[in-house]
Amino acid sequence: MVKLTVNGKARQFDGDSDMPLLWYLRDDLRLTGTRFGCGAGLCGACTVHVNGQAVRSCQTKMSTLESKTVLTIDALGGANGQLHPVQRAWIAHNVPQCGYCQSGQMMSAAALLKSTANPTDADIDRAMAGNICRCGTYQRIRAAIHTAAKERA
Amino acid sequence: MFIENISLSRRQFLNGILSTGAFVVASRLVPEGLHAQSSAAIFNTKADTAALHPSVYLGIEPDGTVFIVTHRSEMGTGIRTSLPLVAADELDADWSKCRIEQGVGDTRYGDQNTDGSRSIRDFYDAFRVAGASAKSMLITAAASQWGLPAAEITVANHEVVHAKSGKKAGLGTFVAAAAKLPVPTKDALKFKSKDQWKFVGKERQIYDLNDIATGKAEFGLDVYRDGMVYASVEHPPVVGGTVKSLDDKAALAVKGVSQTVTIDAPKPPLLFQSLGGVAVIGNNTWATMQGRKQLKVEWNDGPHANYTTASFKTAMLEKVKQPAKVARSLGNVDAEFGKGGKIIEAVYYTPMAAHAAMEPPAAVADFRNGKVDVWCPTQNPQAVQDTVSAAVGVDKKNVICHVTLLGGGFGRKSKPDYAAEAAILSKKLGKPVKVVWTREDDIHHDFYHTTAAVYHKASVDAKGKPTAWLQRSVFPPIGSTFGAPAPLGFELDMGLDDTLYDVANIRAENAGMDAHVRIGWFRAVTNNFHAFAAHSFADEMAHAANRDTLEFLLDAIGPGKIIDLKAQGVDYSNYGADIAKYPVDSRRLRRVLEVAGEKSNWGKKKPGNGWGIGIAAHRSFNTYVASVVEVEVDAQGRVRIPRIDQVADPGVVINPDRVRSQFEGAAVMGAGLAMYGEITATSGRIDQRNFDGFRVARMNDAPVQVNVHFVESGNLPTGVGEPGLPPVIAALANAIYSATGKRIREMPFSKTKLV
Repeated sequence: MVKLTVNGKARQFDGDSDMPLLWYLRDDLRLTGTRFGCGAGLCGACTVHVNGQAVRSCQTKMSTLESKTVLTIDALGGANGQLHPVQRAWIAHNVPQCGYCQSGQMMSAAALLKSTANPTDADIDRAMAGNICRCGTYQRIRAAIHTAAKERA
Repeated sequence: MFIENISLSRRQFLNGILSTGAFVVASRLVPEGLHAQSSAAIFNTKADTAALHPSVYLGIEPDGTVFIVTHRSEMGTGIRTSLPLVAADELDADWSKCRIEQGVGDTRYGDQNTDGSRSIRDFYDAFRVAGASAKSMLITAAASQWGLPAAEITVANHEVVHAKSGKKAGLGTFVAAAAKLPVPTKDALKFKSKDQWKFVGKERQIYDLNDIATGKAEFGLDVYRDGMVYASVEHPPVVGGTVKSLDDKAALAVKGVSQTVTIDAPKPPLLFQSLGGVAVIGNNTWATMQGRKQLKVEWNDGPHANYTTASFKTAMLEKVKQPAKVARSLGNVDAEFGKGGKIIEAVYYTPMAAHAAMEPPAAVADFRNGKVDVWCPTQNPQAVQDTVSAAVGVDKKNVICHVTLLGGGFGRKSKPDYAAEAAILSKKLGKPVKVVWTREDDIHHDFYHTTAAVYHKASVDAKGKPTAWLQRSVFPPIGSTFGAPAPLGFELDMGLDDTLYDVANIRAENAGMDAHVRIGWFRAVTNNFHAFAAHSFADEMAHAANRDTLEFLLDAIGPGKIIDLKAQGVDYSNYGADIAKYPVDSRRLRRVLEVAGEKSNWGKKKPGNGWGIGIAAHRSFNTYVASVVEVEVDAQGRVRIPRIDQVADPGVVINPDRVRSQFEGAAVMGAGLAMYGEITATSGRIDQRNFDGFRVARMNDAPVQVNVHFVESGNLPTGVGEPGLPPVIAALANAIYSATGKRIREMPFSKTKLV
């Protein structure tokens, strides 16, 4: 039995403790905003926050989550439908093309801004290199992160 | 009235394969009966059941809500927003009162194969008709009710207006009366002039933007149905392989796994059939993936187990030196070569590549009572109908393909083998089944972008300008997947037999190679290697003559003209477009090059100290594009791409921001493909497994800044999804040459040591 908090709700998990968080979120909780892209920690599509840190949920076993707090894209904004500055910036810059990787991109970006309030281009490239966008929206992602940083300042 | 197309293109080719087994069929692109009765529909949309429904694409309710159906698939181009914008503009609707619905697979919508960069080109007119028809009927109804002349009544921002009297009423007011009127013919409709457009040509956020930003957007992987089980399929490692023996004891012992099901191997030709194999069924995705790892399967590999790309490359490079079938002939190339002038030759090579869309293939199928509902991310729901129909033996009309958003497509999701698997398993198990491919499945079992060798030879005059141009390509063709071993016309009409350089003597030749994997179409298709070779070669000619490449290209194109390929022996498919309306016009290619020179500050900075700049221009999908790429090569030989300028002439632009984003993305994908894209095989097995082996562009190695510029030509709208890719590859190779003096004739470029 693993007790954890997901998007502010207390949860209990008693399945296979080797199951990655990704599939618990998707198949059990139907929190489908967290995407499956590679299953190997190579693409970042499944990025969520665990205790405020960005992690690849496809590489995070349920057994490691006892008493941990998980935040997914579904609850990155506040209750009542407010949006996180990163989400607002993503909309303002029309970042998404197909949109599939963008949940993970936004979760990585939100974590970056927590640790680095005013990131340089080099900071962004380093922090975001693990998130693949096959549509090639990188330059808009970079611009959106700068916008979100300004808004938070 | 509507476009009827009898030339061979990808869609007709596949329609032909799947419906009649023939290669050439005449098919009607846009259905004649645009206001087809809903009784004939496979699935009724809200547009169908709305009180007023003058078109399969549009309906209006008395409360004024406008439902617009997009029958083309959304994979990132913004088409799900752009086509409805065209209809809403003609109707003069308030965009906030328009609801977009995704059409199921149904021939009543006309062609639905969202590939070939032609959704706007082919359906711009049909969506204008849909909007204008509704507007005309509402005005007629209002005129009758108000007792005023229809000619004095207009629609503005969702209101019917009689300016003279000041009368106005919401669109919905006249819906009931309008519904009783006949739908006008297209000839009777009045369309808005360009200066009256409210939406077309203006920036507009995509319809799904907020859902994407909040994680709510539903992709194929996000479909869950009551009573559903999950499946993960172990496919034969070599195409055409079959199960020799299976031991599933350990797999069945995995918690959550309920059973295994063997899927029959396909009979040739492969088409879009399931590859066959062993499906592990369970109560969650993870369990089925774990179960698969415990399967012990012995395979019969079949005839392709000797395929090894290293030796295949050698054979292909030999073959490309041999004379081949002539695809285009102008003047006398051999006579010109025999005159003893300066000769330049080069051979180029490109490996296979995978699509690797971020969302792996996935589908949910529910087979019951002789009907199948399929939910999947597909570029071609009618191919899903055909493929599933053949796989489970039900009539196509009983296959309801619900199209989700696509997490990327790039051509892979035109091929619904994954949907066939879900349907086969649902029929066998009697319950809804969700098939999820892993990334390894996706990389290992793609319909690959083909490998190719291209040979160029030219004789040049005293100024280095070509006087004879021989261009020859050799590659395993797309047709091989469909039982046709030789390259087909449309594969040659993408950069091989349609060069726009003005040369007195031209010959294009081509030969096929046997395919040992499934070959498919990838964004921009054969243009990628044909353009890489041709425009690298042009740069080589310029440097051989010690001339500036841009100045040389403009000279090689000349003042420009409409090129009559038919007169040169080419039965040119022109991307399925009418050649009279969409001619091959080298004036437009010249113009994008001129603009590219201005916008990129070409010639202002001298290459050196590791900095270089390259240029190339190419026509594909009826659109003209020039790319200028800047590179910085450091002391370790690492390539950084600080800037790319893309100049495009795609005719009328519907949603400028989305067109820009396509050309930005194409620059990133093109640069990534050129630098890193490579799929290899050993003994019939693909060597790469995930994003570690098959590298794609990441934030830290992608082009830093991509600037997109449009040339306004006022021409009909043409493709934007694909044409931004081909010229980037050659321009990048040319930039690396400019920076380092090293000529790269082989992709991926990262294999060539630059220091």
